[in-house]
Amino acid sequence: MKSMNSRTNILVLNRNEGILEVILRLINNHENWHGVGQSELNNLAHLLIKGHFDLLLIGSGFSPAEEQEIVKTSNELNPGIKIVHHWGGGSGLLTNEILAALEGVEGGNYEIMT
Amino acid sequence: MTNTVLHKSETRGHANHGWLNSHHTFSFANYYNPERMHFGVLRVLNDDIVAEARGFGTHPHDNMEIISIPLEGDLEHKDSMGNTTVIKEGDIQVMSAGTGIYHSEYNKNKDQAVKFLQIWVFPNKKNVTPRYDQITLDVNDRHNKLQQILSPNTDDAGVWIYQDAWFHMGNFDKGLTATYDVKKKGNGVYTFVLKGSFNIAGFEVNQRDGFGIWDTDQFELEATTEDAQILLMEVPMG
Repeated sequence: MKSMNSRTNILVLNRNEGILEVILRLINNHENWHGVGQSELNNLAHLLIKGHFDLLLIGSGFSPAEEQEIVKTSNELNPGIKIVHHWGGGSGLLTNEILAALEGVEGGNYEIMT
Repeated sequence: MTNTVLHKSETRGHANHGWLNSHHTFSFANYYNPERMHFGVLRVLNDDIVAEARGFGTHPHDNMEIISIPLEGDLEHKDSMGNTTVIKEGDIQVMSAGTGIYHSEYNKNKDQAVKFLQIWVFPNKKNVTPRYDQITLDVNDRHNKLQQILSPNTDDAGVWIYQDAWFHMGNFDKGLTATYDVKKKGNGVYTFVLKGSFNIAGFEVNQRDGFGIWDTDQFELEATTEDAQILLMEVPMG
């Protein structure tokens, strides 16, 4: 269990760069959350090796095969990372998805990936 | 065995931003209740009131089926696909957000608030090409019967979405009944009373209450007040 004041590091992947920008802004507006993201996967392994992430949000634009590869790579390089889909592309579900994932709430996400 | 859940109106999440007064049946934005996350693939049911000439500025969505049902007033829609339209009571609007869409929704009225339902359904297909549609329904076709307003089928009544979901609306005189037959085995039905009260499968369901029922093939509803109005949303449960 993380303490109230510890920072939650969140990695966001979304092929839609405009939506990625919005999601990162929303995350980084939260005092205890820090988000980084990218729209392509070529740098994913480097990011996962360089930093520790508590949560990975997979947004739109990736094929099922790419999503499988994202999950595999993330679990290998960042054991314990929670991986969930981000649905809706904005503020509506974002906070809910992050809180539910961190708390392990069943049914908090349509497609729990780990 | 049939399962049910009753969400009383007063237990909904509530956010009043001045220009927007919204009640959330399920967790949304800053309302987070782990016990109220969804009913099957129905994820959002917001009961929104937007002040005169105010609204939601341009913002994005992806991978979600977003349905808006105006209840009072006129809502002006603009989106990144070039659509500029107005929806009003009796209309239904649908967006498949897919790979990404930007839109705004404003109250076009200068003299009255606009009231509408905002409903989000998880899609059964991700990353589709974004699409927008709206239709005008004949509200007379829902007097003392259930009128289909949404389905998964492009050639069926109402709008269509990327999900095995069927929505119906009905306006009933007191004492009138209807039987709802579940369209797809395994689906559940979430009912939302817009006006008045109903007895649904033996449960008293009042205005703005939500009542979900699943593991059943059909159920009965009866209007227990005059001019009672209801929305039924049949959705996959998982």
